[in-house]
Amino acid sequence: MRSEAQAEKGTSLWQDALHRLMKNRLAVVGACVLATMVALALATPWIVPYAYDAQDLELGASGPSRAHWFGTDRLGRDLLTRVLYGGRISLMVGFAATAVSLLVGVVYGATAGYLGGRTDAVMMRFVDILYALPFTIFVIILMVLFGRNIVLLFVAIGAVQWLTMARIVRGQVMSLKHTDFIDAARVMGFSTSRIILRHLIPNVLGPVIVYTTLTIPNVMLIEAFLSFLGLGVQAPMSSWGVLIKEGADAMEEYPWLLVFPSLALSATLFALNFLGDGLRDALDVRAAKD
Amino acid sequence: MRKLAGWGIGALALGCVLTACAQKDEQALRVGNGAEPQGLDPHTVTGVPEHRILGTLFEGLTGVDAGTLEPIPAAAESWRVSEDGTVYVFTLRETARWSNGDPVTAEDFAYAWRRILTPELASEYAYMLHCMKNARAFNEGELDDFSQVGVAVLDERTLQVTLENPTPYFLAMQIHYTWFPVHRPTIEKFGRMDERNTKWTRPGNLVGNGAFVLKRWVPNNIIEVVRNGQYWDADHVRLNRILFYPIDDRLTEERSFRTGRLDLTESAPIAKVPVYQRDQPDLIHIDPYLGTYFYRVNVTRPPLDDPRVRRAFAMAVDREAITTKVLTGGQAPAGAFTVPDTAGYTSDAQIGYDVTEARRLLAEAGYPNGEGMRPIELLYNTSEDHKLIAEAIQRMWKKALGVDVSLVNQDWKVYLASQNNLDYDICRAGWIGDFVDPINFLECFTTGNGNNRTGWSSPEYDAHIAAARRTVDVKARHDLFQQAERLLLDAAPVIPIYYYTRVYFRSTAIKGWRSNLLGYISFKDLYFEEGGP
Amino acid sequence: MTRFLVRRVLGIVPVLLVIVTLVFFMIRLAPGGPFDSERRVSPEIIKNLEAYYNLDAPLHRQYLAYLAQLARGDLGPSFKSAGWSVNELIGLGFPVSLELGFYALLVALSIGLAAGITAARRPNTLQDYAPMSFAMLGICIPNFVLGPLLVLVFSLWLGWLPVAGWEGIEYKILPAITLGASYAAYIARLSRGGMLEILTQDFVRTARAKGLSETRVVFVHALRGGLQPVVSFLGPAAAGLLSGSFVIETVFQVPGLGRLFVQAAFNRDYTMILGTVLFFATLILLFNLLVDVAQAWLDPRLRNQGV
Repeated sequence: MRSEAQAEKGTSLWQDALHRLMKNRLAVVGACVLATMVALALATPWIVPYAYDAQDLELGASGPSRAHWFGTDRLGRDLLTRVLYGGRISLMVGFAATAVSLLVGVVYGATAGYLGGRTDAVMMRFVDILYALPFTIFVIILMVLFGRNIVLLFVAIGAVQWLTMARIVRGQVMSLKHTDFIDAARVMGFSTSRIILRHLIPNVLGPVIVYTTLTIPNVMLIEAFLSFLGLGVQAPMSSWGVLIKEGADAMEEYPWLLVFPSLALSATLFALNFLGDGLRDALDVRAAKD
Repeated sequence: MRKLAGWGIGALALGCVLTACAQKDEQALRVGNGAEPQGLDPHTVTGVPEHRILGTLFEGLTGVDAGTLEPIPAAAESWRVSEDGTVYVFTLRETARWSNGDPVTAEDFAYAWRRILTPELASEYAYMLHCMKNARAFNEGELDDFSQVGVAVLDERTLQVTLENPTPYFLAMQIHYTWFPVHRPTIEKFGRMDERNTKWTRPGNLVGNGAFVLKRWVPNNIIEVVRNGQYWDADHVRLNRILFYPIDDRLTEERSFRTGRLDLTESAPIAKVPVYQRDQPDLIHIDPYLGTYFYRVNVTRPPLDDPRVRRAFAMAVDREAITTKVLTGGQAPAGAFTVPDTAGYTSDAQIGYDVTEARRLLAEAGYPNGEGMRPIELLYNTSEDHKLIAEAIQRMWKKALGVDVSLVNQDWKVYLASQNNLDYDICRAGWIGDFVDPINFLECFTTGNGNNRTGWSSPEYDAHIAAARRTVDVKARHDLFQQAERLLLDAAPVIPIYYYTRVYFRSTAIKGWRSNLLGYISFKDLYFEEGGP
Repeated sequence: MTRFLVRRVLGIVPVLLVIVTLVFFMIRLAPGGPFDSERRVSPEIIKNLEAYYNLDAPLHRQYLAYLAQLARGDLGPSFKSAGWSVNELIGLGFPVSLELGFYALLVALSIGLAAGITAARRPNTLQDYAPMSFAMLGICIPNFVLGPLLVLVFSLWLGWLPVAGWEGIEYKILPAITLGASYAAYIARLSRGGMLEILTQDFVRTARAKGLSETRVVFVHALRGGLQPVVSFLGPAAAGLLSGSFVIETVFQVPGLGRLFVQAAFNRDYTMILGTVLFFATLILLFNLLVDVAQAWLDPRLRNQGV
């Protein structure tokens, strides 16, 4: 457990960061958009105009209208409803799976980079091995062994996404570990885990945040691929990735099926991106010392 | 510097586009052919894409008329059939030649059939030949002596075939690649007779007796065949070359067709069907196809072990809505398993859309309004179309029966494994006829048949099918099929959904085309109008 | 350095062995075998098939036989593409993927670095937002949308470029852009972040204080360090680019490695899976090695440790 003094120091650091973040207008806009998306996702069951699987085969695919703002798909289902429900899945998968990959990747990469030498070599070869495993087969086997469930989805996605993160963090840590403040921490006799967690990781947050904002969209799209294998969201429920995939297949005939889910995804990603940049700037310890 | 390079590339690109347009061979047919073929050895392949290519490279004893599917002379110029329909004597064409000039002999056919039936070759489609006397025993290793199999070389140009049972579709079956002859010296130049994967099927090596010869084969890219000058009917062949492109993405295929890179496609994306029908109806074609899209029901799992429940599910499917609203490709709602008018047979028994009766049956089985029934899983292999149909049917079952159905999709191999192990409740399936005869459909559901996969078994049904096999008289045979199919639909281990159609694009410049139930293409009859587009 | 390189290259061999072993046993766990098909084949035939491909031997025997075969450089016949060996198929696909990957990498690097560095020089201004938003499009538009979209515009509407195929250079433009786009976005984001990080560091400030021109500061002093994260990313990225992309190869009908990889998995084509995985692993290991070397070169602090 942390001592009181440390906790206080931590809070003030975060408060500083928050203060800087609030001054960044784009980041604030991004945060607002994201918050709206999350709020919509949470409220979806109560605000949607139709049931997500309500069909109207007579109507079929129709463009945006007063009854259906985003139009309908080929089974006559309301696209607005489906996009809202899809957002729930995509946001949850995007954040949860990214969190898994973030946690594992950062700790693993930092440890390997800091310890260096033989340990590093062994740890990175392990990453290489995981990289090389055929993902499709890996997922199929996971499903056979553990059945289909949402936890498995995070594991499957996290299992591949943390690898690149680990490599990036390792590279950063290796270049940091001989800087003065790390040397100082070592001289003061701090434990290795403490140095990694409290000194190294905060200093590599910049690239980590940037890469994280890149991972989330990737994860949302991988989810669409996993649906193909039968893991992930089961029809008639849908996700943004799946909706976009379906929309892309008929982009000339029913463009709205592609446009609206894509807009939802893009808006979220842009917001994330701006928020990420803002966070990166706000958390930049060295810049803060100016 | 970079800018300059950019312009250079641009100019080069433009140049290539222009020359590509100018160089088009007037009698070159470019075909979208679905997947990359598994190979070009007629004895080890199993798919449809292979069928089209091999049909240009080899020729069986008889061919079929592309319009009527009636047998016509091919490598054999004539044949005689014995009274009881079990012995065929073929006379080979004197002018039939291999592409290297060797004459095609009766021995070549006997050799080919021996090869495909050799257990060590492990040909997956060898069962097509099991209608020949003792062929199955030889194929399964119970018989070592090939001379006891029902094929005899009477002389160089005379071949006698003895069948187990009278087989009315025997001649029509000769267009299937399993019956094609192979050139012995070529096979044995590159390996043993019973060896798979040798290099004899490579361009330059492959010797065939078809209207075309293999010129080029780049896996996943292109297969090119060119006119075979040695072919006995070479004067009749007007195409100079055929280019087969393995395009497994239907959207890519349609775009290729639209920009004139293909003259003929394998399929058409569903969403494009209404568009073409409205704007360019002369390019899109919808042919009837000998196949049924259906759901298998696992009869070993309660509550689906109750035929009333199964019938209730079958009767709650609004097939009309699926074919006209979801698919829109001219498919017909299926009320029976065998495609109507298969060799003159149409099932009298039909199972149709009847919600009232479906609800009554379900209540009788103890599940009024679906109460007390566990959620049922509907399995399909991943595909956009299967998903749409499953979603629509899920909704129908919910609305009509009050039954909760959850959808499960699996990738192809897992899906097959689930079916084989009866590890499903209800699953999507399709059956495409190998030849035009009801037996090809109905024998699937005999006890122990590998294609049954429902756990359903009826000794009475088996007896009808076995009797039909031995029956020559068409009327009596059809009566047996009628009884069998009625049993099948009453027990409902299958829920027929719709009869397939073949939807594809074809350039108007292609002449000599005739459509048929099997999707069989007689390439040697096709040509482009000279001076045409 | 030479000793280090030799040691690392030799170190690849045991890693590959571990991968082969893992994958060899892993693929047998997946349901469905290479010869399962919609038409059920009789058990006798399946038995003969398995005998033909030595699939009926005890698994450890099969494994040893495979290793022996591997030692001779033979990856075996493909189960699915009869008549072609895995070596041949990879040999045919790799040059295609290499070429496409190279173009895509050029696209990704030139667009990505230009956008990232431009943006980092004036953070939080229009000069930052405009290129970064453009780069973000590369991530927001997944390649299965971007590909068909580009085809729609440049092939179907404008008629400038072919829709699919792999022949002249004009066939390679759209796939290269599609493939490179998402990587460009990554590189833009990472290089912007890295450059920002570096531009606030002491040595850069010193350089500025010494009165060096901004261009010189950016390109000579900051670039090396600022590209750190990009370089870490490039290893796996390059390996990924060169091993082909299933989606792009399907959309554009490119006969590369990507479809081989994915289809082998779907077909349970055991030898093909193993062959492609081995090939892919070798690529990854080599590129990661290159990255480590490049990182040492970019960062003087690392060089002293001999990595």
